[in-house]
Amino acid sequence: MTCWETFQAYSLRSLGYGERLLPREGYDLCQHFTLIGSGLIWNIYFGTLALAFGFFLANALALAKASRSRWVRKPAEWFIFVFRGSPLFIQFFLAYETLVLLPKAGIDIFGITIQTAWTTKAWAGALFVLFLNTAAYSAEIFHGALQSIPKGDLEAAEAYGISGWKKFSRIEWPTMLRLGWPAYTNEAIFLFHATTLVFFSGFPAFQQRGDALYYANYFADKTFNPFIPYPIVGFYFILITLALIWGFGRVNRYLNRHLPSNMKARIRLRPSLIR
Amino acid sequence: MFEYCSDPRSLEGLQWLSCYLTTATHFSFYWSFLTVLTLLAVTAPLALAFGFAGASAARSHVLPVSWLGRAYIAAVRGIPDIVFFLFFVIALDQGIEWFRHLFVCEDLSQPVWNNGEFRVCPAAKVPANDASPFMVSAYSFTLAVTTFAIVFGAFAANVLYGAMTAVPRAQLETAEAYGMSHRQVFRRVLVPQMWIYALPGLSNLWLILIKATPLLFLLGIKDAVYWARELGSAKTSGNNPYPHGDWRLFYFLALLVFYLVSTRVSEILLARLTRRLSRGQATRAGEDMRKGGAAT
Repeated sequence: MTCWETFQAYSLRSLGYGERLLPREGYDLCQHFTLIGSGLIWNIYFGTLALAFGFFLANALALAKASRSRWVRKPAEWFIFVFRGSPLFIQFFLAYETLVLLPKAGIDIFGITIQTAWTTKAWAGALFVLFLNTAAYSAEIFHGALQSIPKGDLEAAEAYGISGWKKFSRIEWPTMLRLGWPAYTNEAIFLFHATTLVFFSGFPAFQQRGDALYYANYFADKTFNPFIPYPIVGFYFILITLALIWGFGRVNRYLNRHLPSNMKARIRLRPSLIR
Repeated sequence: MFEYCSDPRSLEGLQWLSCYLTTATHFSFYWSFLTVLTLLAVTAPLALAFGFAGASAARSHVLPVSWLGRAYIAAVRGIPDIVFFLFFVIALDQGIEWFRHLFVCEDLSQPVWNNGEFRVCPAAKVPANDASPFMVSAYSFTLAVTTFAIVFGAFAANVLYGAMTAVPRAQLETAEAYGMSHRQVFRRVLVPQMWIYALPGLSNLWLILIKATPLLFLLGIKDAVYWARELGSAKTSGNNPYPHGDWRLFYFLALLVFYLVSTRVSEILLARLTRRLSRGQATRAGEDMRKGGAAT
């Protein structure tokens, strides 16, 4: 099998296309790179969608946590506390066991049967957990940023007669994003790292369609040689990290465009969040 | 455990539950929490030592040592920690056996890695084939602790490296002006002062370490996650004295509460620190505090 044939057979294996059986012999570098790269599709899927949906929930939660009303603040605080205070690994298990308990035949609501089988699949269940998890972590970051808005900015806005919604949408929210962005970049990076947990935590890999680490683990089990597959996963994730830093750096530059160049917040990678 | 537990089938309600929760396997479950706490107690200082070594290496004036320290710090930033966990457990195990293979075995003609097998002579096996079960589990626990220490050492190294650079330059220059050598400045001025800068980062790291402990399950340790899955799964076969359905959800809820409590205690201490630091700051939090103070 040439490398090109291997690529054709396995490049979309994680989605269920191409060769059904995983490689049983050879285990050359080409197979490693192709299959692990194929699994990476799932990591990107989980990371991107959870991040995109989580961003909106995170904004809502951050505002709710900063609210003066107890009834709004407390639920947000509890949500953030539960998801930040417990290991993601346990959250995955708990979510899976809960979803398994849903009635198999579906739930009847007003005569419409809602199917439940798909919720136990990783693409839905794990994505949901990651979405809630990243929303909680990001909300904490945005809440912190909201608290750190310089009071001079707010006073200046009020002095110019900007108040209410306009003050929020034009002063508070952009400043919150600007201040929280470096930390949010780190959160994005560690969310992508966290996606490798999915297939090790209860969610089964249907027809051996797993993520990058799942296939790396498969190779390590077959060849008893951890020194090739795991560094390949590492290599792919370094690429993802660099791409994220680049993309978020662009946004960071946009958010800081009005500031003099010596005051701009630089994105510094801090490994402060693992789940 | 209790005397009335001799015939669990005749029991009802709370009595049944009290018997159920005190079976031998449940005590293994409770002991596994001790495993988690032991891991925390052993890993935290060890990771700090690794971190200190890494940070000192990264600051070194000898270039290769400095590169080594920087590479160590940088590696865990870009790569998921779970990859390291899965990697180091096998790599350490194979490394030890391969090392022993070179010295203990007589026949070195065969390659160690061959056709999807890792084969050393029986004398080089760790733990030995006739080792007691305790030794086997102690060995795997040691491997797990070392793995945790390596990974978290890199995180700690990052925090400590940042703290070392945060110590005001003037302090070090004053020490140099008094004629101290590099080593003396490091030991007498830099290290005692850096802890206050490292404190926020290290307390954050402690929270992360608590939340990483369920990953022990992936390393093949019979920890709380293992027992929660084991005890919670449906027991309906005839000879089981305590039949029940799929209760894994409740066991994982108990685990969730355990972790929430452990992190909450640490978080309260952190919140106190943050409050102390935002007092008098020209930010919204500081302003709210000032207004709140004026009102009362």
